[in-house]
Amino acid sequence: MNTMNMRDEPLVYELSRAGRKGCSLPKPDVPEYAVPEDLAREGLDLPELDELTVVRHFTRLSQKNFSIDTEFYPLGSCTMKYNPKVNEVAASNPGWRNLHPLVGDEYAQGALELMWRLQEGLREVGGFAAVSLQPAAGAHGELSGVLMIRAALRERGAHARKKMLIPDSAHGTNPASCTMAGFVTQTIPSGPDGNIDMAALRAALDETVAGIMITNPNTLGLFERNIEEICRLVHEAGGYVYGDGANMNALTGIFKPGNSGIDVMHFNLHKTFSTPHGGGGPGAGMVAANKTLAPYLPGPVAVKNGDGYTLEMPPKSIGRVKAFHGNFGVLVRAYSYLLMTGANGLRRVAENAVLNANYLKSLVEDVYPVPYKRNCMHEFVAKGTIADGVHTLDIAKRLIDYGFHPPTIYFPLIVQEALMIEPTETESKETLDLYADALKKIAMEAVAQPELLHDAPHNAPVARLDEVMAARRPILCYRG
Amino acid sequence: MPFVPNTDAERAEMLKAVGASSVEELFSDIPEHLRIKGLDLSDGVSEIEALNEIDSLAERNVQTKKMDWFLGAGAYYGYIPAVVPTLAGRGEFLTAYTPYQPEVSQGTLQAIFEYQSMAAKLLGMPVVNASHYDGATALAEAVLMAWKAKENRNRILLPVDLHPEYSQVIATYCTSFNIEFVQYEGAPESAPVDEDTAAIVIAYPSFSGEVYPIKRAVDRAHEMGALCIVHADPLMCAIMKSPGEQGADIVAAEGQSLGNPLNFGGPYLGIMGTTEALVRRMPGRIVGETKDKVGKRGFVLTLSTREQHIRREKAVSNICSNQGLTMLQTCIYLATLGKQGLREVAKQSYDKAHYAAGLIGGTAGYHVRSSQFFREFLVETPKPAARIVKTLSRRGIMPGLALSRYYPDRPNELLICVTEMNTRAQIERLAVALKEASK
Repeated sequence: MNTMNMRDEPLVYELSRAGRKGCSLPKPDVPEYAVPEDLAREGLDLPELDELTVVRHFTRLSQKNFSIDTEFYPLGSCTMKYNPKVNEVAASNPGWRNLHPLVGDEYAQGALELMWRLQEGLREVGGFAAVSLQPAAGAHGELSGVLMIRAALRERGAHARKKMLIPDSAHGTNPASCTMAGFVTQTIPSGPDGNIDMAALRAALDETVAGIMITNPNTLGLFERNIEEICRLVHEAGGYVYGDGANMNALTGIFKPGNSGIDVMHFNLHKTFSTPHGGGGPGAGMVAANKTLAPYLPGPVAVKNGDGYTLEMPPKSIGRVKAFHGNFGVLVRAYSYLLMTGANGLRRVAENAVLNANYLKSLVEDVYPVPYKRNCMHEFVAKGTIADGVHTLDIAKRLIDYGFHPPTIYFPLIVQEALMIEPTETESKETLDLYADALKKIAMEAVAQPELLHDAPHNAPVARLDEVMAARRPILCYRG
Repeated sequence: MPFVPNTDAERAEMLKAVGASSVEELFSDIPEHLRIKGLDLSDGVSEIEALNEIDSLAERNVQTKKMDWFLGAGAYYGYIPAVVPTLAGRGEFLTAYTPYQPEVSQGTLQAIFEYQSMAAKLLGMPVVNASHYDGATALAEAVLMAWKAKENRNRILLPVDLHPEYSQVIATYCTSFNIEFVQYEGAPESAPVDEDTAAIVIAYPSFSGEVYPIKRAVDRAHEMGALCIVHADPLMCAIMKSPGEQGADIVAAEGQSLGNPLNFGGPYLGIMGTTEALVRRMPGRIVGETKDKVGKRGFVLTLSTREQHIRREKAVSNICSNQGLTMLQTCIYLATLGKQGLREVAKQSYDKAHYAAGLIGGTAGYHVRSSQFFREFLVETPKPAARIVKTLSRRGIMPGLALSRYYPDRPNELLICVTEMNTRAQIERLAVALKEASK
């Protein structure tokens, strides 16, 4: 924790001094042209900084972050694995950075070939018929997928099918995406083994069902053992199956979702394919579909025609979900990762992600109760019920003092005091051992000195922040 | 592959601790017939081989830097100061995630707050959120936001002269709802706003470059009880009146040209701003200032009861991530250029564009169709614009966008963009080449 910058860092506006400049431009080489008076702007309230002040400011800010490059970051369901530096080098080639999106297919053959190869690679990994790289994030892929289901239903004349089934363990984006596509959601409970309750599913399957959205492994880190049966039942009822690929890191090279009956699915390239999370994005949420739904994919997609490549809209496409051709810079990074891992590497990724999670679980489950007694996949959910008066939030904050990023907490909603831990395959055994040691020490502290937990973190740039005040009296912009 | 540290010996030790005899056993929940033997892909390669392959693909693309570049149309070739990628590429920013744990994410959170502040002041809006996927999705979400805010009104007015890809994204986003879209031509103040209109969308400037003052249109919309959504060029706002000072309720903008490379169309930066009255209806992450328990200033994600992880199907949008890195690039870009620098970039682009329009307008056969513009203007060409683009590209000049790409019935129109990257000599070469191409 000593690496963190504990000093207060002023805002850019507070560092500003009138007359300073951080960048120079060439001298004007054309005559000035006046801006019409009715349009001209007076004043522009931006800071004035010299270049070194900018460099120190943002360097110091960066030092107030935990990151994968500096700390173990086992944030469940986010797959915070190492982001290979080669991806960044690959993406920084001026042939990508300086490539304009409207240059025309014939001038962007390298880019289109990369997109096509990535589509083909991801198609194989998922076991699907076709892939679109358009969506910019996982939730964007979800929206694309449910819109595809909507379009297919309408083509069948099944306008009345408005009900989308969502397991109670699902991410919040699933029901929110359904709403944006005009569906109503019905929650399906999980059974005692953490999988979808099959009786509840059967009862929900009526003539109004549009489909189901399934995350597999689910957010408890458990494989849906009945996946084939679920897909069969939903299809028999006239619905479609959406696969949320957030947890695909458990399965690459071991299981192809397309083989189990899933119709359409997104992958988060910023999770499974190691592109950096960037403090919140940009991601890339490519969407893949089987033969039935492939014609509805968002576009354009890259198509190979003889020796050349073109961008084309799938025949019954739901249309564009963003301008241009997807988060291309992210796609280059994902392709770089796909090349370096390959068939053998992707299988090793899943094997070690699952082994690491099971190993860490075995180290801590005596102290932190794990509600489902099964082998987990790439992550597991434990409970922070280690002492009276101590909550998961306290454990999370105390982990910071030990130099670890906390896991995802209070999610999934169906486990009380949930700690959702995803170590990923890129962490070593000694890191997992240290993390388990810290969790065990915290459990002892929770009994002996609970105030250590309640007051944590003790070594961070700020102590616990007043989130209630932030929401009640919002300050969302510098007021100087 | 150097990304997995476990050795065979460690794997054996870990399996023993787990109580499993093999890794395969850990996957026993997957029905056996669904477990595959392997993927039909090549095996992984070394870093040298991977880079060779990717670099050879990159070399097969045309690059702005190697030509005289006058193509914009929603993606702009601008200068990115060296500090921008250097700082934004720091691992502590690059490999962090959503600041769910604010105590160890103050770097990301403060940077978002600074971005929100600078973008808000540039657009003249009280609040800007932590970003959307791109300008098109920000605009589509703005339309949905306005439509939901005006419960009993179903009509949205859209300009005909809006970026065609933005219109397509709006159509996709709104397909599930009963929204009536009405297109209007020309100045926004003449648009048919009525009691059924939830909102009017104004392009500032329009796709073909025309800049209409928007104050009167905004006032008219407000008189009729409608909201006003402005799609703005944020760089233009450095020298021309901001949408906020003209009364906009929601602003959507593409922030790519503020410090982000072209990257074949993404990742870009969707900027969205609104008023305090509407902030609780705005989608997307927002950062707010607060204090810790000893009174020290800090920043947190706030107003999250709008969002999907709390509200699920009742959330205002399904958006979960933001464009963290591109937003950070823009934050650093705005801080570096600052008050004077940003105005200089905007003014140089404006001056050069008008110099170019003067030369081209004086060339026989060419007519400049835009009357008021910022850095992009529409030219009527004596021969099909697509052919001119092809001819000039062979000579190292990319003269602009042939509008026939989107509108086959408009063959003789060329959209020319001039930025601070273009020199006078390049502009003069363009004018000469256009003249020769008309023969």
